[in-house]
Amino acid sequence: METTRRDFLKVAAVGGAAAAVFGFDVRPAYAQLSQLKIARATETRSTCPYCAVGCGTIIYTIGDKAKNVTAQVVHVEGDPDHPTNRGTLCPKGSSLAQDILNDRRLLKPQVRRPGGTQWEDISWDDALNEIAAKIKKTRDDSFIEKDANGKTVNRTEAISWIGGCTDTNEFNYLVVKAMRALGVVHLENQARV
Amino acid sequence: MTNGWVDIKNTDMMLIMGGNPAENHPCGFKWAIEAKRNRNATIISVDPRFTRTSAVADQFCQIRAGTDIAFLGGVIKYAIENNRIAHEYLVNFTNAAFVVKGDFQLPGDMDGVFSGFNAEKHSYDRATWNYSGTGGKSLPNPTGMSTGQNQGSSPPLPPLPENVDYDLTLQNPSCVFQLLKKHYSRYTPELIERITGIPKEKFLKAADTFTSVRKDGDMKKVATIIYAVGWTHHSFGTQIIRTAAMLQLLLGNVGRAGGGVNALRGHSNIQGATDMAGLYDTLPGYLKVPTPADANFDAWMTRVTPTSSKPQPWQSFNYYSNTSKFVVSFMKALYGDAATKQNGWAFDYLPKVDRDYSWTHLWDDMYHGNVKGMLSFGMNGVAIGPDSNKNIDALKKAEWLVVGEIYPDETSEFWKSPKVIADGDMKQIQTTVYRLPCAGFAEKDGSFTNSARWLLWKNAAVPLAGDARLDQGIVAQIFLKVRELYQKEGGKFPDPILNLTWNYSDKMNPPLLEVLKEMNGKALGDLEDPTTKQQIKAGQQLPGFAWLKDDGTTSCGIWIYSGAFTEAGNQTARRDPSDPSNMGVHPNWGWSWPANRRVLYNRASCDVNGKPWDASRRQVWWNEDTKKWVGNDVPDFKPDSAPKDHMGPFIMNPEGVGRIFGPLAAFADGPFPEFYEPIESPIDNLLHPAVSKNPVVTKFKDADDKFGTPQEGFTVVCTTFRLTEHYHYWTKNNPMNVQLVPEPFIEMAAEMADEMGIRGGEHVKITSARGNYIAKAMVTKRIKSMLIDGKKTYQIGIPFHWGYRGISEDEGRTSLKLVNQLTHTATDPNAHTPEFKGFLVKVEKV
Amino acid sequence: MSQETMRVQKISAHAGTVPGEGTQREYTVSKLIDTTTCIGCKACEVACMEWNDLPFGETFFDNTYQTMPETRWNYWNLILFNEHEKEDGSLMWLMRKNQCMHCADPGCLAACPSDGAIIQYTNGIVDFQQEKCIGCGYCITGCPFNIPKFNPETKRVYKCTLCADRVGEGLEPACIKACPTGCLHFGSKEDMKELAEKRTTQLREHYNFPNAGVYDPAGVGGTGVMYILHDATQPELYGGLPKDPHIPLAVRLWKGPIKWLGNLAMVGGIIGLFIHYLRFGPKDKEDEQIREEIAAAQEKEVKAREENRAAVRAEVNQEGGEPSKGGHPR
Repeated sequence: METTRRDFLKVAAVGGAAAAVFGFDVRPAYAQLSQLKIARATETRSTCPYCAVGCGTIIYTIGDKAKNVTAQVVHVEGDPDHPTNRGTLCPKGSSLAQDILNDRRLLKPQVRRPGGTQWEDISWDDALNEIAAKIKKTRDDSFIEKDANGKTVNRTEAISWIGGCTDTNEFNYLVVKAMRALGVVHLENQARV
Repeated sequence: MTNGWVDIKNTDMMLIMGGNPAENHPCGFKWAIEAKRNRNATIISVDPRFTRTSAVADQFCQIRAGTDIAFLGGVIKYAIENNRIAHEYLVNFTNAAFVVKGDFQLPGDMDGVFSGFNAEKHSYDRATWNYSGTGGKSLPNPTGMSTGQNQGSSPPLPPLPENVDYDLTLQNPSCVFQLLKKHYSRYTPELIERITGIPKEKFLKAADTFTSVRKDGDMKKVATIIYAVGWTHHSFGTQIIRTAAMLQLLLGNVGRAGGGVNALRGHSNIQGATDMAGLYDTLPGYLKVPTPADANFDAWMTRVTPTSSKPQPWQSFNYYSNTSKFVVSFMKALYGDAATKQNGWAFDYLPKVDRDYSWTHLWDDMYHGNVKGMLSFGMNGVAIGPDSNKNIDALKKAEWLVVGEIYPDETSEFWKSPKVIADGDMKQIQTTVYRLPCAGFAEKDGSFTNSARWLLWKNAAVPLAGDARLDQGIVAQIFLKVRELYQKEGGKFPDPILNLTWNYSDKMNPPLLEVLKEMNGKALGDLEDPTTKQQIKAGQQLPGFAWLKDDGTTSCGIWIYSGAFTEAGNQTARRDPSDPSNMGVHPNWGWSWPANRRVLYNRASCDVNGKPWDASRRQVWWNEDTKKWVGNDVPDFKPDSAPKDHMGPFIMNPEGVGRIFGPLAAFADGPFPEFYEPIESPIDNLLHPAVSKNPVVTKFKDADDKFGTPQEGFTVVCTTFRLTEHYHYWTKNNPMNVQLVPEPFIEMAAEMADEMGIRGGEHVKITSARGNYIAKAMVTKRIKSMLIDGKKTYQIGIPFHWGYRGISEDEGRTSLKLVNQLTHTATDPNAHTPEFKGFLVKVEKV
Repeated sequence: MSQETMRVQKISAHAGTVPGEGTQREYTVSKLIDTTTCIGCKACEVACMEWNDLPFGETFFDNTYQTMPETRWNYWNLILFNEHEKEDGSLMWLMRKNQCMHCADPGCLAACPSDGAIIQYTNGIVDFQQEKCIGCGYCITGCPFNIPKFNPETKRVYKCTLCADRVGEGLEPACIKACPTGCLHFGSKEDMKELAEKRTTQLREHYNFPNAGVYDPAGVGGTGVMYILHDATQPELYGGLPKDPHIPLAVRLWKGPIKWLGNLAMVGGIIGLFIHYLRFGPKDKEDEQIREEIAAAQEKEVKAREENRAAVRAEVNQEGGEPSKGGHPR
């Protein structure tokens, strides 16, 4: 077979060394790399919101938390210290930056009125006041103090809460407090299904 | 999970069934791969489809969806007949030696039902499902809370005997072991082949491989069973999991590193949501809710506090004997000074529950106009189903709906769903819908509890998007506004609303660290431990649930989380990754319930003398010098109970031992799991055709609740599943994930496609009795035809990630259908989880 | 902003020797991909997209889990899925992460006529310097693995950089870090070879894969990316991994002895034409027709989708609801 590429390279290498000895071209060649985009970003430790492996994630945001800066996400990567995922992330966890910065996010309260065919904007105050009034009216209209056997039950069967799978423990606790205090028994969660 | 993610690396053998962790829990699945790489471990994958998990498994069995009990029952039979059982473990750590009452009868002798069946009421009188013995506490109201759909109408139950009759030789024909042996002797490989579609040789190879860890009774090796919603989504889901647990007890694998029964929960905080009792039938920490029949607090406690039931010479810790301490502390957390001994710790403030309010009942009640309003936070109820059409019809009848979400979802837009547009009644729908923008995960802090029961704190990284508010702020603001209305206007029974504690530094936006402190619990008065003389001053955080009192001197929002935020600070934020034992314990990373134990029931990792079964995988052990249980993990046991006292390792059971036989009210549908066909199935039950389905399952009979039969042409078995590229109904809004899998599809066998003249990529219409679904066909060799009772049968699988709002949906790339328009509303009588998997459909080329 | 931090050992179309070449021993990097533990989850695909800020493209359902038929100029890392039925009737679902192999003897570099457009760092990474790329596409011909892809808009060719920017800062490549099962390994070539040897021994002895082996083809001088295969005798099963890849003969001639004649542009041009003929020259008629049909169908689908998108936007705007754009937010 002909001179292989490898053999040729050996020759070339000798040539290079010789060139160096003779005093020209002594500076090794370097090439340019793009700069590390997370080099000075702020790292925030978080937990992936998807499955129950609960992988540790690092959310990289721009800025160093200085007063005048509003943080923006630049990248999300696995937390290498986390014993379960050890820095790895699945295709969903790896795409979390696209979830944090997503132009489909809901950004304002909206209401659809009875018989309505579209969403209308509503202020937070109006929305919360209307919701509170509806909860109270529904509760008062439906509250059962005693059942058919005369036993105290103190419940409403007309209000329901369905809770999600990415709510924190603390949020869930507040929900349990508030809903049980209202007498809600139709209290369910993704945990059932 | 009884064990944890990292612990899987300690195993020798994995049966992965009813779950597809490579697909759905990839980063946790690394530990299965590690076991293969470092221990030459084996994976057996049993699934209706050849999945990503099957791709790296050593054996694969294609099973007909919903026939898991037949398979597992057959493995139990195989283990018993081939002496692959953990004899010492079985005799001492399970109820195998307990003698069952003579009038108890098995379904093999009763044409498919256990003794006590009431055909009219579809329920059991479970009085015969009991141990033989003497003594036991008679209950004022033994029926108690229903755990099954029909239990409310069951007759009163006798108590568990205090002293149970037993036979340590396991020879008594009425002992649990002999009953078990007899029960599963009917599950022959030939029958299993006809039911499951798994050829006899393949089944026997799988059974032989799995049970090989206990070859000749040697205890060194360990096997684990790993499952997910492929087991829960059935009208007998709880019993599938029980069969697995029984098999693991039989093989002595529970409590051991690399062993256990491991539920892979599907969502980041679904374990936490379950613990926190975002469910109608429990209070935080798996406490049982009060019923109207509980006349007062004491009656409630008497009913829900078990007394021990065991062979007389043995001991039982019976940890739930402390129930009143957990409950009183919970009531003090909720109602503070308003909860007093005099008012039964505000007993009247708790709503009383005596019927099924679970998911499908909730929607059915709304469908019938009884539920007027719904608050839905991070929960896409229409898409999640089952029977999405029914849920849309139900919402049409609601007066108001409040949705807290981060993306437009199917539930908030039910009123302009394709179904409503087809029905043409958008303008008739009177429901007011509020859609409130919530915080994304990166915008809020708080703790999640992962599948391994680890609580891990996360930090907020970015500010709220647009005008969104923190979820806890929205709930706080709504609640405080309601409270203000009751303060101003009065109303029905305002006391619990007015007296609910809300002592947060920012009431309108409760800081979650303060909430976690409240959940952990604190001393309300000065406390002193009588033995150690350790003192805790009033106002201090409690170190753990052992300090809880039922005299009102402690408060604690959720007893199993006590220890998460102590005087030493937030334990869930601990970040020391070290693992001194190198067994994946990581004791100082986050905090796990209960009491930072990483493997539950770990006392069972030792023999009766307190010596580890395998010296190379030591978890805890008895130290004779210090007279204490010590080890690499926190012992899940009374720390000073000497082995000679024979205290059972399963301290949460009144028996102190693992339940191979589930006595009395433990289960609605049998003390042993029996194989029943799914509600919709292609054949009658080959064990007992007259009782084909789970006999205590009832069905709704509304217009939207239809069920199909093979006779009507519904002959194809359908199962739903998830893809690793997508997460539930969430990532359809994420362009990255949409790029990975842009369109819905339907997986079908190449043989079936050939017969029907369907090519990959052509549109297929799937029809069930409830609705239809249209998507492109994915023609694959990964699903094969099966012979079910000799008849060629096909299965199809549909990933469920699409709906009518999403990137692909809005681009017109889908049929705007929900897979759950196909599924039905029959549920498991124990867990009330709907049967999303293993229903019948027709398949047509469009 | 750029920083010149990584030492180079080979430069495309460079007259004379590479300055400083062979004067110092440096660390090497290589990837080992264990296909026997790959679950095809595509975390590596996403990590690559995310780290390199690659723009989204259209994808289509194609009766497979595979994201797209082959890598694209903006999709450098693609898992290939293949269902393979063994003789005993059992099924293997083979998944292989496909990307630049970072050959020791890179065909792309050999073929490239532009000085410094393709370089090989001393650590083994083969990197394209787009600002020096003239868009001739010869590297595409030179690659025996069909990896480099041409961007018709920028007229440049792109491929996996082995995350040279990360490696240069002491980090592992993004795909390596993300891989959930750890089927991707990263380290020196020697260490990776040792790891591969251990694993293949285990596969042969414990897991009933008598032909398990390592893919590190000698024809290209060995590769910076090696595979562990269940059956190393049949690499073609894994999405057409070539059994014995070589740099095309024309490229060898061009960059072999002829190079001694110096960088004569004319010769380069002539040889270039020859390579061009090799690459685009007599086409397989049937193949071409099928490709055109697919392209036409996809174009039609894209057009229909754009129309639909416009319609949806119009509807949303009329509603006053949130716009539904999709696409990359950056």
